[in-house]
Amino acid sequence: MKIHELPGGVHPPEEKARSLGDPIGRLPLPERLVLPLAQHLGAPARPTVAKGERVLGGQRIAEAQGAISAHLHAPTSGRVVGVEERPIPHPSGLPAPCLVLEVDGRDEWRDPEPLADPWGASPERLLSQVRAAGIVGLGGAGFPTAVKLAPRRPIHTLILNGTECEPYITCDDALMRERAAQVIAGGRLMARILGGPKILVGIEDNKPAAFEAMAQAAAPYGIEVVEFPTKYPSGGERQLIQILTGLEVPSGGLPADLGIVVQNVGTAHAVYRAVVEGLPLTHRIVTVTGGACRINRNYELPVGMAVAEVLAHNQFAPEACTRLVMGGPMMGFALPDPTVPVVKTTNCLLALSAAEAPAQPPPERPCIRCGLCAEACPASLLPQQLFWYGLAKDWDRLRAHNLFDCIECGACAYVCPSQLPLVQVYRAAKGEIRELERERRKAERARRRFEAHKARLAREEAARAARRATRRQAADAGEGGDAPSVAQLIAAARSEARGADPAAERARRQRAVAAAEERLRLAAERLAAAEREGLGDSQRAALEARRAEAEAKLAAARRALAELEAEAAGARAMDKIAASPRERLQGALRRLEDKLAALEGRIAAAAPEERPELESARTKLREKIAEVRSELAGLGPEGDRRPEDPAALDAAARAIARARERAAARAALSPVERARADVASLAERVERARQKLERARAEGAEQAAALTEALERLEEKLARARAELAALEGDETRP
Amino acid sequence: MEWLVDHPLLAALVALAGLAALFGAVLGYAAIRFRVEGDPIVEQIDALLPQTQCGQCGYPGCRPYAEAIAQGEAINKCPPGGETTVKALADLLGVPVPELDLEPGQEANAKRVAFIHEELCIGCTKCLKACPVDAIIGAPKLMHTVVAEECTGCDLCVEPCPVDCIEMVPVPTTLETWHWELPPPPGRRAARRESIIATDRAAEDAAA
Amino acid sequence: MSPLSSPHLHAPLDTPRLMRLVVAATLPGLVGLLWNFGWGPLINVLLASVFALGWEATALWIRRRPVSFTLADSSALVTGVLLGLALPPLAPWWLVAVGTFFAIVVAKQLYGGLGYNPFNPAMVGYVVLLISFPVEMTTWFTPRELLPEGVALPGLGESLSRVFLPGAQVSPADAFTGATPLDLFKHQTGLLVEQIYAAYPLFARAELAGYGWEWVNLGFLIGGAFLLAQRVYTWHAPVGMLLGIALPAALFYDGGSSESGGSPLFHLFSGATMLGAFFIVTDPVTAAASRRGRLFQGLLAGVLVYLIRTFGNYPDAVAFAVLLTNFAAPLLDHYTLPRTYGHRRARRGTEKIDG
Repeated sequence: MKIHELPGGVHPPEEKARSLGDPIGRLPLPERLVLPLAQHLGAPARPTVAKGERVLGGQRIAEAQGAISAHLHAPTSGRVVGVEERPIPHPSGLPAPCLVLEVDGRDEWRDPEPLADPWGASPERLLSQVRAAGIVGLGGAGFPTAVKLAPRRPIHTLILNGTECEPYITCDDALMRERAAQVIAGGRLMARILGGPKILVGIEDNKPAAFEAMAQAAAPYGIEVVEFPTKYPSGGERQLIQILTGLEVPSGGLPADLGIVVQNVGTAHAVYRAVVEGLPLTHRIVTVTGGACRINRNYELPVGMAVAEVLAHNQFAPEACTRLVMGGPMMGFALPDPTVPVVKTTNCLLALSAAEAPAQPPPERPCIRCGLCAEACPASLLPQQLFWYGLAKDWDRLRAHNLFDCIECGACAYVCPSQLPLVQVYRAAKGEIRELERERRKAERARRRFEAHKARLAREEAARAARRATRRQAADAGEGGDAPSVAQLIAAARSEARGADPAAERARRQRAVAAAEERLRLAAERLAAAEREGLGDSQRAALEARRAEAEAKLAAARRALAELEAEAAGARAMDKIAASPRERLQGALRRLEDKLAALEGRIAAAAPEERPELESARTKLREKIAEVRSELAGLGPEGDRRPEDPAALDAAARAIARARERAAARAALSPVERARADVASLAERVERARQKLERARAEGAEQAAALTEALERLEEKLARARAELAALEGDETRP
Repeated sequence: MEWLVDHPLLAALVALAGLAALFGAVLGYAAIRFRVEGDPIVEQIDALLPQTQCGQCGYPGCRPYAEAIAQGEAINKCPPGGETTVKALADLLGVPVPELDLEPGQEANAKRVAFIHEELCIGCTKCLKACPVDAIIGAPKLMHTVVAEECTGCDLCVEPCPVDCIEMVPVPTTLETWHWELPPPPGRRAARRESIIATDRAAEDAAA
Repeated sequence: MSPLSSPHLHAPLDTPRLMRLVVAATLPGLVGLLWNFGWGPLINVLLASVFALGWEATALWIRRRPVSFTLADSSALVTGVLLGLALPPLAPWWLVAVGTFFAIVVAKQLYGGLGYNPFNPAMVGYVVLLISFPVEMTTWFTPRELLPEGVALPGLGESLSRVFLPGAQVSPADAFTGATPLDLFKHQTGLLVEQIYAAYPLFARAELAGYGWEWVNLGFLIGGAFLLAQRVYTWHAPVGMLLGIALPAALFYDGGSSESGGSPLFHLFSGATMLGAFFIVTDPVTAAASRRGRLFQGLLAGVLVYLIRTFGNYPDAVAFAVLLTNFAAPLLDHYTLPRTYGHRRARRGTEKIDG
């Protein structure tokens, strides 16, 4: 099989032998496990256990949410303490929700659920078993394996990645040495899920023992195990594909676009466990190494164990450690906090000593454009150009120079003789560009919303303008002749007074007044409190200013309400004036007849000495009624025409003005005064109603019942008004 | 023909005129046929503005400011856009990058969202009307709240609130939005490191 | 404070070490020069180094940059050494001072110091001197073995006095001065190459090109091979330059006729060819960025060297050729972006992405 050469690449000291002296070990269970809900790419899992609940090892404690996510299982038995925000292994050091598990030490497990016939099961069944086990890519990125095993394109090659090109890390090496058969079996199971593609295993030539073991395990199945020269970063997914097939994954695409899927050997092992042994992914092999640890070896650790605790078992010397890294020295990140847990993607804990990596990078020198970085770049980028453009924040150029094809392998920064922080610049630039992209999308959305907002305001304004126009036209007609009828004028006045919904508008303005009063009260209270506490002048001045402001706002709110009420009153007055002659006469007639009826009642009830006077009044009334009736009868068709003459309009305008004045006068009153006025007018109306009722009763009229009811309502209203007044007066008399 | 041969000066003039007419026609045709329909400049400018509609530039919204820029207004009046926007505008318009025009106390490009202290809100709906992107929801007499996703951080709702219950809070960094920061420019980086020997640092300090 | 980004390991090669490797690699060539021309080249190199470091320190001090930290990168030392190697033996001290001033202060520090200079500083210094002081700059010595009877190269004491004492400087009248092979060849007209070679011991006693000079060039070639082995630079620029000289030389050799431009071997091992190919055109600061770009740049420099040597007024042309190709570096960068993994073709340097 032809091995294709990887362009670029570097050869850092391997330092692998130091952790391969002993077989994979285990550590005593810790007292507490901290399980981040997001140990994978994609949406965090959602807890499915309650606080205080006892869980068994292997029990699902959080379930996948959304298409790209993974389940989480308890690595041992214990009690759920709860979901807490804890620092997680991430370069930012930011906290994230974690399930905290108190280990009971009994290590009791749920019964494993292996597939009865793994080699006869359907691919769908196998895939669901993988999904149920919460398996994610163990090579580093943590992409949910079940998603990766369900690509949209047909797959012709499955590559098992046993490259492990980073220095120091040996977890895959140890796994392949000790459990080669299981890894191969896991690979075959994944191949079944993918529809039976060819399987290739790629291993660097610095792991001869692992290669031997894997070749032996693979031989019966015709699986090709390929050994190729050691060079960093040949273990990158894209780089491994290039080495083994000579193909390149298109920029922005996925290996699946080439019909290839790459899986880490650790993932293959986890798949084997899930399918054949029925165990979910709760443990993983982690290399604990570095100059600051006396013991360097591989362990099978439960996910969730604190890094500090793991190190404590390895004679870790904190004072000798300059950088505590999770992952390899080339791509791992320095842990801001050693209390973070080991997670599914943790392949190595690297405690570097000063001899290996200084605590602070050495001072950098100017770039001399030596080009060593370009030599080292496995993606054939121009790292120094990216560096310049990155520092200059020239995002367009960065993208033109294919920044997003950078895999952040660190080869360029490793060789840079000026010790420039190249990778950091690329990471920052990528982050900035992504953020700008987010902002651009947000700005676009804001623009659309703003335009919708403006359109809405314009609609409302147009409606108001239309109303104003009608009114103005009506007014013009009043002054100038050919113009709309009074009816239109009234309609305009009415609609203006009411807005879309006069009742709602009124309520709104009343609430505004109420709110303003409340604020004024609050401001006054604060001021009073401040005075009691003897605050400084400046603060008092500020509070006073606030009170003054509140007063002004209250006055404005009252004015607004008054205007509304004036409009309403005006509209009522206009109603009267704008009637046609016939309507007016009919109204007059109705009123006269009412009066006559009342007068008759009074005559009936009156003492004999009052009668002549009343009777003469009755005669006059009857005459007037007859007059109005004859006038009505005499009205021609024009009697139905509503008045349009200026005089009538003037009358209308005057009526409106009067009503407005009254309403304004009323609104200008303070609440107490208004309440008093209300009480007075209600008392008067109650009095009148009572008289009317008495008269009606005396006459035995039919309206008596209706009048009684009306009186009751009025009395109720009066009582309410009085209570209100009492409350208001109480407020006012209070200091 | 012969006449032309006999009068070389006139022949040359005729030839030149003919050529001029021909090329003129070709150029004219090309100008119409291959005309590049660019976005109108106002659209392009508007696309670069952050659409906070905050009015800090002195115009009622981003679009009016974009129109003003197209008319020659300075491009450095957009604090929410910050340096990035100024640079992008300068790039688009082919002018030198000016300093951002900040009033004292103004912060450039600070990501903030409005936050309503809900226990203080009296439901007056004033902020609803002030919000240029309708990102505040609420009804009269009911508590209001800000849709943080849609809030552009424009500040416009803070002033109208009668009870001062709206505060602009910085957008917190989450695991999704966190990213590495650019290292400081080389000169300053080198100078700050411990390993520069004392004499140099003294010189640096003196220079600073 | 931002956390430390990976990688956490670093290769041992840093800029000061890289610069010192370059200085060390000039030793074989310098030995060749010393053997043939006496103390002169050594005094040149030492003097130029001292001046270069002095100018650099002064410029840094004026620019308020960390002086010792920056001097430690040894880039000024490299510039001084290279300029010293290029100067004719026993150049007067003021010539060295002026040359290094233009190299360090004008060509480098005024542009912002190491990494920011568009032109090779040593070559700027050299060209300024060549144009301003043509006589001093073209007075070379006859190689030791070819000196006439009774004439010897100046000893150490005399050398020092000729460098430092006013009025004692070397002049073409001195018996130990003589034409370089390139000079000699250029000024022969109407003779076949064979005839020229037979007529002058400078050629007659030589194995490859000109006596003495061929060993100097071999020395620089060995130094260059060392730097290639140390991966200080790639083969692209030097091989490009050597090809750029050899190919036209082969083309215009014309069978050794009287019109011949000289054989490829003659050009490869004469003058400053090897110094230029392995120490000058490989200066990364002023070169194109990509490997392909550097190959083209080398080729271009080589062709220019040949053209100026053969058809121009100056006997040697490395300095001019290198400066001219420095101009071309941005253009080369524009057209020689490597094809990135996963892309069908390479982009152009100034291309932008919309949106």
